Amino acid sequence: MTDIASLEGAARPARAKLKFDPLWLAAPAIAFLAVFLIWPTAQVLSLSVVDKTGALSAAAFLRIWNGPYLTVLSTTFSVALWTTVLCLLLGYPLAYWLSCKPPRQQRIAALVVLLPFWTSALIKNFSWLVLLGRNGIVAKTMLALGLAGGDKLLFSRTTVIFAMTHTLLPLAVVTMLPVMNQIDRRLLMAASTLGANASRAFWQVFFQLSMRGVAAAGLLVLVASLGFFITPALIGGPRDSMIGQLIILQINELQNWQLGSALAAILLISAVATCFAYDRIFGLSSVTGGGARPSRPDGLLRRAGLGIAFAIGLVFGLIEEGWTRHVRGLRGSMFMSVYAWAILGVLLIPIIAFVPMAFTASNFLSFPPPGFSMRWFEEFATSPLWVAAMMRSFGIGFAAGAITLVVASMAALGVVHTKGRFGSLAFLLCLSPMMVPSIVIAISLFYLFAKMSLVATDLGIIIGHAVIALPVVFMVMLATFKGYDWGLNAAASTLGAGRSRILWRVTLPLVSGGLAVGFVTGFLQSFEELTVAMFVGGGLKTTLPKQMWDNILLQVNPVIAAASVVVLMVVILMFIVVEMIRALAASRQHAQ
Amino acid sequence: MDAIRTFPPLRDDRADAFPLAGRSGSGAANDVPASSSAERSAAQVKLHVRGVSKTYGTSTVLKPLELKVMSGELLAVLGPSGSGKTTLLQIICGLVEPSGGRLVIDGRDETDNPANKRDIGVVFQNYALFPHLTVYENVAFPLQMRKLAQAKLRNRVEETLAMVGLSDFAKRFPRELSGGQQQRVALARCFVYQPSLILMDESLSALDKKLRDSMRVEIKRLHRETGATIIFVTHDQEEALALADRICLMNDGRIEQLGAPEEIYERPANIFVADFIGASNLIHGEVAGDGTFDTPDGRVPLPPGQPMPAGRKAALVIRPEKLELCARDDAYVAGHVEETIYAGSETRLLVRLGSGSLMTARRAAGLPPITIGEPIFIRWDRTQARLLEGASTVT
Repeated sequence: MTDIASLEGAARPARAKLKFDPLWLAAPAIAFLAVFLIWPTAQVLSLSVVDKTGALSAAAFLRIWNGPYLTVLSTTFSVALWTTVLCLLLGYPLAYWLSCKPPRQQRIAALVVLLPFWTSALIKNFSWLVLLGRNGIVAKTMLALGLAGGDKLLFSRTTVIFAMTHTLLPLAVVTMLPVMNQIDRRLLMAASTLGANASRAFWQVFFQLSMRGVAAAGLLVLVASLGFFITPALIGGPRDSMIGQLIILQINELQNWQLGSALAAILLISAVATCFAYDRIFGLSSVTGGGARPSRPDGLLRRAGLGIAFAIGLVFGLIEEGWTRHVRGLRGSMFMSVYAWAILGVLLIPIIAFVPMAFTASNFLSFPPPGFSMRWFEEFATSPLWVAAMMRSFGIGFAAGAITLVVASMAALGVVHTKGRFGSLAFLLCLSPMMVPSIVIAISLFYLFAKMSLVATDLGIIIGHAVIALPVVFMVMLATFKGYDWGLNAAASTLGAGRSRILWRVTLPLVSGGLAVGFVTGFLQSFEELTVAMFVGGGLKTTLPKQMWDNILLQVNPVIAAASVVVLMVVILMFIVVEMIRALAASRQHAQ
Repeated sequence: MDAIRTFPPLRDDRADAFPLAGRSGSGAANDVPASSSAERSAAQVKLHVRGVSKTYGTSTVLKPLELKVMSGELLAVLGPSGSGKTTLLQIICGLVEPSGGRLVIDGRDETDNPANKRDIGVVFQNYALFPHLTVYENVAFPLQMRKLAQAKLRNRVEETLAMVGLSDFAKRFPRELSGGQQQRVALARCFVYQPSLILMDESLSALDKKLRDSMRVEIKRLHRETGATIIFVTHDQEEALALADRICLMNDGRIEQLGAPEEIYERPANIFVADFIGASNLIHGEVAGDGTFDTPDGRVPLPPGQPMPAGRKAALVIRPEKLELCARDDAYVAGHVEETIYAGSETRLLVRLGSGSLMTARRAAGLPPITIGEPIFIRWDRTQARLLEGASTVT
C-alpha cells in the first residue's frame, strides 16, 4: 500500500509538468514580436508627438496638414486604392479560372502565378523601367505603329498604378485561390437543379462564398501598397511621390524623426483601420482559410451582400438567357482562357525579359540587347562589392529562415493545440507584422537598434527579416499542423513508441514537407527584402537587393541585370525545390 | 424548338399544394405504383430512358440502357459502387450529358434541356446545402429562381418547413444543424417547389442507423403525401427493399434486373442479383441428367421443372431462411459449425461444408445452443431453391 502511494506521489508532479498549456509554445514568438515589433513601433509612434526638446507637440501633424505633404498623402491613398481595386478586378477572374482547372493542370498554371509572386518587387519594377523607357521596346513598337505618347510612358501616375498592380496581382491571386478551391462545386450543381442558370448560380452561390478570399486579398494588397516606395521611386514622376518615399527622405536623409514618425503613424493607423474593418466583417482568422466568423442571419452587411448578389445574379441571368437564345456556340470559358493567359503573359514578361538583357554586349541596358556577351556576369563575379552583398544575402537568408522557422513552428503548434481563450490572440499577434507596412517596421527597428548598437550589423538585419517573414511562415506551418492527423501520434503511442520516437518516426516525416516549405519561404522573404536592409543595414552592410537599389539610383548598367538573373536563379531553384517537396509530400499523403 | 422553356407553373391554389392528390390525373396516390406488370403498362410513363449511354474517353460507365419509370412510383436504383447508378442519376437530372440515347420526361424529349430548366428535384448525397444561407433562405432559393411573389414564397417556405418539422430552425445556418436536420432541410428544399420527379443520391448514407430508419419513414410519408415520382440511388440493399415499389439493380454499367422487391429477392435473374440481394447460399455444380445437381458436396435435388440440359455449369441459390437443420439421413449436404453469430431474434450459423465452401443457416432464438465444431446436416425444400446459369463472378 505504501509503495503504491509513494509511486503515485512521485508520478503526479511529473504528469502535472507535462500538462502545461500548449500555447506556451507561442511564447518565443510573442516575446520576439513584443520586443522587435510592438515596443519599437510604439516608441516611434510616440516620437511623432514629441519635439526636439522633448515636449509634447502636434507640430509634425500640423505641418503635414498644412504643407505639401497632404498631396503626397492623397496620392498614396489614391494609388493604393486604385491598385487594390485593379488587383481584385483583374485577379478574381484569373483565380476563378485557376480554381476551375483540374488539380494537375491547376498546379502547372499556378506556377506561372507563383514565379512572379516570389520575384521581388525591385526586379519587376526595374524591368518595367527598362522596357517602358524612352528607347524601350514598347516605345519603339508604338512608334512603329504610329501611336503617339510612347516616349512618355514612364513617370506618370497611370504607369505607377500599372506597375504596382503588376507587382501585387500575384499576391491577390494566391490569397483568393485557396478560398475558391475550398468551395464545394456540388453546390453549383445543386443550384442548377434548383433552377438557377449558370450566372445566377455563380453570383448567388460561388461569388458569395468567395467573398472572404476577395476581402483578404484586398486587405493584404492595400496594406502592402500603402507603404510602397519602390515603384513610385523608380518609375513615378515627382508628382507621384508616396508616403514611403517621404519617410525615407525624412529619416534617412534629413534625420527628422518627428515628421517621419508622424507619417509612419498615419500609414499605420490607415492599415490598422483597414484590418479592423475587415475583422468586423469577416473575422481575421479567415485570412488563413479558417472558419469564418458566424454571421448573424439578420446582420445588415449580410443582408446587403445577399441583396447585391441577388441583383447582379438577376441581371447576368437575363443576359445569359438572351445570350444562349441568340448567340449559341460561343462559350464564356473560351474568353476566360484567353484572358487568363494574357494576364499570365504580362505577369511573366518583365521577369523573362531580364535574361537576354543580362547577356548584352552593350554598355547600356536595353531590350532587345544588341549583342551577346558574358562580360556583365564577369563583372558581377569579380566585383568584391557584389560578391560580398550576395554572400551576405545568403547568410542572412539562411539565418533568418532558420530563426523564423523555429519560432513560427512553435507558435503554430501552440495555436493548433491550445484550447484556451488566448489562442486567437496569439494567432493575431503572429500575423500582426503583415498588418504593419514594412517601412514602419523598418524605421521602428532602425530606431530601436540605434540604441542597442545593432545598426549596420548582420544580426540586426536578420532580426528585422525574421519579423517580416514570421507571419507568412507561421501561416505555412499552421496549415501544415492543421493538416496533420494528430491521432497518428496517439496511435503510435498505443503501439509502444515513446515521445521522441513518435517525433522522429511519425510526426517529422509527415510534416517535413511543410517544414521545408516554411524554411524556403522565410529564406526567400529575407533574400529579396529591401526596406529593412536599407535602414538597419545603415549603408554599410549591403545585401543583394540593397546593392541593386543603390546601383539603380546611381547608375543604371547591365550589372544589375546580371545580378537580377542571379537572384532569379536562386528564386527559381528554391521554387523548384519547394514544388518538388510539395509533390513528394502529396504523394506520401496519397500513399497512406 | 424553343431553347428556353419556362418552368411549369407552380400551383397557387393552397388546397392542392399538399398533398397533391390530383397531380398525376389518375386519382388517389395509392393506385399509382401498381404491382402487377400488366397494370403498370397501363399507368402513365413519367420518365423514359431510351438507350442512354455514357463513355468517358475509352471507359464505358453506362452501357445503352432502357428504363421506364411510372408516374408516382418510388424506384430504387441499387448497385455496388462503380456500377453507373450515380451517372444515370446525373444524366436524368441534366448534370451530365449522355453520350448516346434520349431522355423523355412526361412525353417530352429533355435530352438537351439544361438541368435548371428541368422540373426535377435532386437531394444530394452530402445535401449540398448553401453554407452562406440560412435554412429559410436555402428552402426559398428554388422559389426565388422561379420568381415567386414574396408573400406566396414566404407561405410556401413556412409550410414546407413545418412539414419537415423545422419551423423553429428557419434562421439557423446549415452548419448549426445536426446531420438529420440537414437532411430534412435538403428534403424541404427539394419538395418546396413540388417537382414532379425527385432524385435522391445516396441521401441517407451519411446518417446513423436510427436516423436512417426514421428518415425512411419520412420519405415514404412525403412520397405518399405529394404523389411525386421518386428515384433514389443506394448501395444499401436493405434500404432498397424497405422503400421501393420497384428496384433497378445495376452492375457494371447495365441493368441486371428490374422488378418489385419481392420479385428480385425471391426470383433473382442471375447469380449476381442473388448474391447482391441478401445473404445467399450459392452451391456451384453441374446439372446431371436425372433432375439432380452434381456438386463437390455430393448430389442434391434440383427444383422441379428446370429447363437446363445436363452437363451445364450452374449455381443453386438457397436463401438462409429456407435451410433446415435435419438428421443425418435426411440431409442433402453435411458440414460442421465454424462460427455462430448471435443476432437477437436468431442465431446465424456459418457452416463449412465438406468441400470447403461456406453456407449460412439461421436458427431461431430459444433453441439449445450449438457449439462450434459440431457436425451439422442441412436440407431444404427443393421448390425453394433456384437454379441459375453460369459460374459466379462475385464472391
